[in-house]
Amino acid sequence: MRGAERAKWGVCAVSVVLAATACGGGVDTRGSGAAGIVSSSWGDPQNPLEPANTNEVQGGKVLEMIFRGLKRYNPRTGAAENVIADRIETTDSRHYTVTLKPGWTFSNGEKVTAKSFVDAWNYGALITNRQKNAPFFQYIEGFDAVHPENGRPKTKTLSGLKVASPTKFTVALNQKFSSWPDTLGYTAFMPLPQTFYSHHDAWVKKPVGNGPYAVESYTKGSVMKLRKWSGYPGPDKARNGGIDLQVYTDNNTAYTDLQAGNLDLVDDIPATQLKNVHADLGDRYINQPAGVIQTLTFPMYDKRWNGKNSEKLRRGISMAIDRASITKEIFRNTRTPATDWTSPVLGTKGGFQDGICGEACEFRPDRAKELVKEGGGLPGGRMTIAYNADTGSHKDWIDAICNSINNALDNDKACVGAPVGTFADFRNRISSEKMTGPFRAGWQMDYPLIQNFLQPMYYSKASSNDGKYSNPKFDKLVNEANAATDRKETISKFQDAERVLATDMPTIPLWYQNGNGGYSDRIAHVALNPFSVPVYNEITVH
Amino acid sequence: MGRYVIRRLLQMIPVFIGSTLLIFLMVYALGDPVAALFGDRAPDPATAAQIRADLYLDQPLWKQYLHYMAQIFQGNFGTAFNGQPVTELMGAAFPVTLRLTLVAVVIEMVAGIVLGVFSGLRRGRTVDTTVLIFTLVVVSIPTFVSGYVLQYLFGVKWNWVKPAVSSEAPLGELLLPGLVLALVSLAYVTRLTRTSIAENARADYVRTAVAKGLPRRRVVTRHLLRNSLIPVVTFIGTDIGALMGGAIVTERIFNIHGVGFQLYQGILRQNSPTVVGFVTILVLVFLVANLLVDLLYAVLDPRIRYA
Repeated sequence: MRGAERAKWGVCAVSVVLAATACGGGVDTRGSGAAGIVSSSWGDPQNPLEPANTNEVQGGKVLEMIFRGLKRYNPRTGAAENVIADRIETTDSRHYTVTLKPGWTFSNGEKVTAKSFVDAWNYGALITNRQKNAPFFQYIEGFDAVHPENGRPKTKTLSGLKVASPTKFTVALNQKFSSWPDTLGYTAFMPLPQTFYSHHDAWVKKPVGNGPYAVESYTKGSVMKLRKWSGYPGPDKARNGGIDLQVYTDNNTAYTDLQAGNLDLVDDIPATQLKNVHADLGDRYINQPAGVIQTLTFPMYDKRWNGKNSEKLRRGISMAIDRASITKEIFRNTRTPATDWTSPVLGTKGGFQDGICGEACEFRPDRAKELVKEGGGLPGGRMTIAYNADTGSHKDWIDAICNSINNALDNDKACVGAPVGTFADFRNRISSEKMTGPFRAGWQMDYPLIQNFLQPMYYSKASSNDGKYSNPKFDKLVNEANAATDRKETISKFQDAERVLATDMPTIPLWYQNGNGGYSDRIAHVALNPFSVPVYNEITVH
Repeated sequence: MGRYVIRRLLQMIPVFIGSTLLIFLMVYALGDPVAALFGDRAPDPATAAQIRADLYLDQPLWKQYLHYMAQIFQGNFGTAFNGQPVTELMGAAFPVTLRLTLVAVVIEMVAGIVLGVFSGLRRGRTVDTTVLIFTLVVVSIPTFVSGYVLQYLFGVKWNWVKPAVSSEAPLGELLLPGLVLALVSLAYVTRLTRTSIAENARADYVRTAVAKGLPRRRVVTRHLLRNSLIPVVTFIGTDIGALMGGAIVTERIFNIHGVGFQLYQGILRQNSPTVVGFVTILVLVFLVANLLVDLLYAVLDPRIRYA
């Protein structure tokens, strides 16, 4: 310990030079600071915290705390349950009447009325407000007029929305969509107070909502302090005094701070620490399914991947991937091998069915080799798997997949990873259809519905159909599913559509992603919801 | 002297314009940043077009650059993608990084020069060899290794300091990151001082000073050290610029929301106003630091005069 003591002396000596006083350490002003306050790791949200403009999980954390909408997804089951909505009625799956419960207010005292919703949705859909979640309003009648492909909007409000009374409004959709009410738990559909429009800059600096917490202070890029709103009228009141969201430059640093006792909750364990996490945290480590599926998408616009018999080639590649070993060795069981195109968080009632992919998602190296051969072999004798190299440490698992394919095909030059420098560049290449081989794709659900895992990605010309897959049979089944009024029928139609994917293999399902996190021994009742966001209001502090 | 400074300041103008143009071109070459704003999903074309128009991204490159430069001269550095003005980011980031740089420079100057003088005066003896080995070891350890190791030992294992710096980044919390940042430069400063001292120790003016009967302390500090510091000052001058902009690794490890972190985020999200704005300021820092170094030469060595 002599060396250590000398080192300490050295650091202290410098501190004397600088007339500072941090030697000895141990005085803790964060973490275990004020009573009942939980400190939690955070990343800088990419967009202003407007509900219709927040499409990533960091901003989503805040909105989950300060907003409640018509519906909310049960943090455990994912089922859409009424919160502000008293009832949402329809007779034809196209015209809906929404009735609100009385007694709800924003934290500034303003009443939550039908107008709070209608104005907020009109704001979100209007093109000149450049809200990134605007497409969520596309099913409402009049969307094309406020959100034209190009040029100025013809009008400022959606013709399908009408306020009937302070507690009632009607919605007309432009197509039948029987599970539309269940999409209303998404953040884009939250109500907004009038101050959002009248004092917009001030609102963005310090958002005002109607959830169990209110924003006390917000220093952009470093910390947001949320405190329990004592006047919250809902049943899910906060069980702690408040949450401090701390921005960390790196998830490794956040993890180190958790170990040192300066931070209570980390919801993103760095990949490099996964092998130590059981030893470090014991049962304070959370690893539970989230609504995220990872796939390899084929460029169906490329003839070499979409010719005669190409489905055999795609199926063969899928069967050459040893999902079980990769999820175990590389992801340390924070992923589960996929056997369909949805997610287990839907539950069997919600449409998740184990094994729809069938044999194609099993590891059968011999059969894989045969199928690739029958499918005409790899185009040009080799393939690349594209990924973005800047975030998410994708290299490890892409290389593992390639190894698995190479071993199955007995050719160590068959598959190689193709990194793209930045995520923006990666996305640009995908949207300009420049991909020449399969590429990684991840889908995080917006709402726990089987529709959300299928329609946006595989319906012809759908918004996130990156591979440009198109099959009239699939489209027809999706249309029928949306038009069906019976929930069971809807789901079975969607599952039929999924079976079309199993024949065509436009994407290879890889694995379902879990949410993971860890917490300090100061707090308890920590869980993640199906969106892998911590359920903050249920956390208790010892 | 005055004319020299004015000439140098005028020379900064083309350097400034050239470097901003280069950075602008490089960030532009990375491609369209709007696609990344929508995460893994394909952007809605109408919304994306609207955002491009608002950010001036739909104009040809030369127009974008002229527009940007015109804005800069009005004190407007544009907006980062989270909607914050870049000047606000700078206002938050530069003081933090400046403090960190200050800590690092003080550490490397004090420790580096002291070690260098001792080993230079005792050339070939045990002290010299020990310092040589120490500097070799330090130079060969990358910052991310020393950073994580020291953070773990001091922050988690022994619990003497907080492993992560809080958002206010007070001086006391910056000691450990400053030490990590200083380590490599410290080794260079030591080597430079040692060589310079060892060389000048045999110079005529030192022999004269000793022959005059001056106390050894005075000979070393006033005569020997002062003249030997010229290469060291040159190094530290350029190092200040490097430390301010190149602390990306250290800032990420220790959760310091400084210039390096903002640059890193700007590059990841391809936000050209952030990157070009910060780099522009860094270019100015480099230029001014170099001017100051040149002026310091005259102070240190009376033989150097500027007309």
